[in-house]
Amino acid sequence: MASDTGASYGSTLRYKSVERIKAVGKHSLIGASGEFSDFQEILRYLDELTLSDHMWDDGNSLGPKEIHSYLTRVMYNRRNKFDPLWNSLVLGGVKKGPKGEEKYLGMVSMIGTHFEENHIATGFGNHLAIPILRAEWREDMTFEEAVKLVEKCLLVLLYRDRSSINKFQIAKITTEGATIYPPYSLKTYWGFSHFENPAQGAVGSW
Amino acid sequence: MSRRGDWVYENNGGTCVAIAGADYCVIAADTRLSVGYSILTRDHSKICELADKCVLASSGFQGDIKALHKNLAARELLYQHQHNKRMSCPAMAQLLSNTLYYKRFFPYYAFNVLGGLDSEGKGCVFTYDAVGSYERTGYSAQGTGSTLIMPVLDNQLKSPSPLLLPARDAVTPLSETEAIDLVKDVFASATERDIYTGDKLEIVVVNKAGTRREYIDLRKD
Repeated sequence: MASDTGASYGSTLRYKSVERIKAVGKHSLIGASGEFSDFQEILRYLDELTLSDHMWDDGNSLGPKEIHSYLTRVMYNRRNKFDPLWNSLVLGGVKKGPKGEEKYLGMVSMIGTHFEENHIATGFGNHLAIPILRAEWREDMTFEEAVKLVEKCLLVLLYRDRSSINKFQIAKITTEGATIYPPYSLKTYWGFSHFENPAQGAVGSW
Repeated sequence: MSRRGDWVYENNGGTCVAIAGADYCVIAADTRLSVGYSILTRDHSKICELADKCVLASSGFQGDIKALHKNLAARELLYQHQHNKRMSCPAMAQLLSNTLYYKRFFPYYAFNVLGGLDSEGKGCVFTYDAVGSYERTGYSAQGTGSTLIMPVLDNQLKSPSPLLLPARDAVTPLSETEAIDLVKDVFASATERDIYTGDKLEIVVVNKAGTRREYIDLRKD
């Protein structure tokens, strides 16, 4: 899962080092876009949930499917009360099940629309990243290949989404646990001839 | 408190159809989930098997649809515990109507088609609006492609006038395979012109042998 680390406030780039992906329990990752304070609230709900789950001490732990289901109900019920959590949530994880390692990736919207897919994106990612992922995703990709593919999407979003910044974080979840990598930047290329001397074709008083 | 309630609903698109036969019922829906002009996923089921002879297909706002299906499935389980038998399709039809009307002033944005076999083993289809008004018919289509499909079904299934005396059966004399072929044809047509319908068609057939499922590819554009 990858995200940029910016959080805007309208047209102001208010926060530039925000971690929008967090680990949940032992088996899942949650990523969010939208209202950051509502995401923090959701993390508090998930803390309570995972704490109760741990206190049962029954050898079971909540997997990504269960967390996704819980979040769907939370988002839908808040929508029913006309007091939504204004987020798009991405829930991913791996858990050992009866049929072996079961991977899971799903999304929940602020009004409770939810589904499971092999590739998920929020906001502009739906328009710019999903077409790339649909064309190039394969079941048998290695982690390195997946990172390359995701970086390709992030780069397109960096060029074309005004609210994105050049500082990203990748997170990985496996049966061994969650790893959230430190932030890094992608190399961009602006050396197109049209960007040099942009007023060349339209000289004016500006 | 968020003002201006236009964010509470969204239409995730899709079409549902059901056709009742003498001893079978075909319930079909596409599997595309959309939002605005985007496709969220091409592989999302709108169909819920509520009881062994009762299948519900719904199109509209997916959050409400899933909540409605969950609600009805839970009530069916309670019915099983209380009556030691599964709910019949006509009983579920009434329950669905009541459930929808219960939220008359904050409706489930769900357009439903309930299909299955009645207590005599004859095919039945019940069609609904978002607030629970329903009738038993021989066939129905609901959702974004319904306006494209319904006239074709009217023409092909020639429903007898409800004014006739003695009352004539609305269920089609077509065989099961002919009905399924008709369903495939109408969905292929709706897919051509309705942007929200396509990707894959899920067909559920209920007859005395049980319930079976079929998947057909539709255009992905």
